Amino acid sequence: MKKTIIEYFESTVKKYPHNTAVADSDTLITYEALGDIAKNIACQIANQQIRKKPIALFMKRSAYLPAAMMSVLYSGNFYVVLDYESPQQRIEKILNTLSPAMIIYETEYQDVVDTFDDHILKFSFEKALETNQRDDRVIEKIQREATSGDPAYALFTSGSTGVPKGALLTNLNVISYIHWLINCFNINSNTVFGSQTSLYFSMSVSDFFGSMFTGAAYHIIPKAYFTFPAKLISFMDERKINTIYWVPSALGIVAKFDLFRYCLPKTLEKVLFAGEVMPVKYLNYWKKYLPDVLYANLFGPTETTDICSYYIVDREFEETQSLPIGVPCDNCELLLIDEDGKEILDDSIGELYVSSPFVASGYYCNQEKTNEAFVQNPLHNNYREIVYKTGDLVHKNKYGELEYVGRKDFQIKHLGYRIEPSEIETVLNTVDHVDLTVCLYDKEADRLLLAYESQKDLTSELNEASQNLLPQYMRPSEFHQFSIFPKNANGKIDRKEIVKTILEKK
Amino acid sequence: MERIYKLLEQIVPNTDFKNAKDLVDSKILTSMNIVKLVAALNEEFDIEITPLHLIPENFNSVENIWELVQELDGE
Repeated sequence: MKKTIIEYFESTVKKYPHNTAVADSDTLITYEALGDIAKNIACQIANQQIRKKPIALFMKRSAYLPAAMMSVLYSGNFYVVLDYESPQQRIEKILNTLSPAMIIYETEYQDVVDTFDDHILKFSFEKALETNQRDDRVIEKIQREATSGDPAYALFTSGSTGVPKGALLTNLNVISYIHWLINCFNINSNTVFGSQTSLYFSMSVSDFFGSMFTGAAYHIIPKAYFTFPAKLISFMDERKINTIYWVPSALGIVAKFDLFRYCLPKTLEKVLFAGEVMPVKYLNYWKKYLPDVLYANLFGPTETTDICSYYIVDREFEETQSLPIGVPCDNCELLLIDEDGKEILDDSIGELYVSSPFVASGYYCNQEKTNEAFVQNPLHNNYREIVYKTGDLVHKNKYGELEYVGRKDFQIKHLGYRIEPSEIETVLNTVDHVDLTVCLYDKEADRLLLAYESQKDLTSELNEASQNLLPQYMRPSEFHQFSIFPKNANGKIDRKEIVKTILEKK
Repeated sequence: MERIYKLLEQIVPNTDFKNAKDLVDSKILTSMNIVKLVAALNEEFDIEITPLHLIPENFNSVENIWELVQELDGE
């Protein structure tokens, strides 16, 4: 058994030195070249006597970012990819929690990096590329001393208190998770990924490490192609992309612009998605044009590396139905727990708990939040078994598949009823000319608001549909039209921004 | 061109469109605004802007947008 990500990567480099490892629209790096860059920079990091410490990466989303990530892993440290587009205040909060030993940056961000704490070692990526300090004995020594339990990276997610939490993932987490991914979807050296997600987002772990473990190619699709999709399909064809793993909003853009009416991707075989609820409307659009492609709905939080359950689409869905999140991944045990901490065995709704080697070590430098979410298995006290409490509500359908109900903390209590916003959304999504809906709760006034995406004003249609299809207490009292919903940095629908827009209109 | 200024003014108020040459790159026209603008242009000029026309080069300035409209209007 190999013990670290680097051991898997080395075996890939040996088998497929000339395969494309990572590429963006301008740069292409083979596995051999990626290994060479990473080992050289790793030695420069190691020469600073830094081990098992966080190293922040302040770089663009390009083929060089993965090279910096692999360098950090080779050096025996763990990386944190910072979002260079996020507000400086948020970056500073992350740096405060993290206290990185080093920050590797691209020169164009020099000005921003200069404002960061002077205690952090600042390392120019371009300079490191030009300097040669490679010494394979240093690399070998680090690898000899490494263990599977060593951290590989931390990913920061927004905390409800406003302080971002950094989920810390180990080599073992990644190895266990990727083992499932590549077996389940037959990822191999012929796989060509077209990546949509940023590398500071948990979904990127799947296509990136899925590549590094197998010799597949990781092609970074420019973000602009999801705004101006004219070049999206030709880029996919040029690169012979056969596997994509995108957020549903990105798949939805194709449907929204009705792109497939004009051209179809020629090499696509697998379409995986996760990160938010996949509207059946979008899925059916894709299936209509590309019926022979494999579609799979993946589900999981950053804290289980990326995914803990999945559903390979094997039947037809009506727009009134929602897609199941399916069955546990191999090597994952999923528990449904009720409010009294008892296991649910029938079809009632419960909170999802995960027991698996995919489960993160906790939040970096945040014992309190770690203890709240990473808890002893509530079903026994016989030995130490830490499980992750997802905060997600799920239930089993008649096929025994899991269905996502909503976030425990999104659940609305309105007029004494417990309401799942997603239930209202699914119903109102079916109204003609409605692309998508988001149901929000105005706590101050205790009422439901509905934001909908459409090119037409549909207030009366939506009003009528809610009278006919929803019980009184679930009917929204206001409808707000958006020609397109705002998205956050990960490309997901930004609920907070929607609320802000609605409030500003008033 | 005046009609285009009017549409843009409704979508992104208080912007100096006359001198702007990089509406897309400077993120004045976000993906959200582009969808609105395309729908508005299609209606105003009775044209069909297809996804194939959706490249940043067609939207970076009012002149670019005007050229696109004229090109499609002739078809």
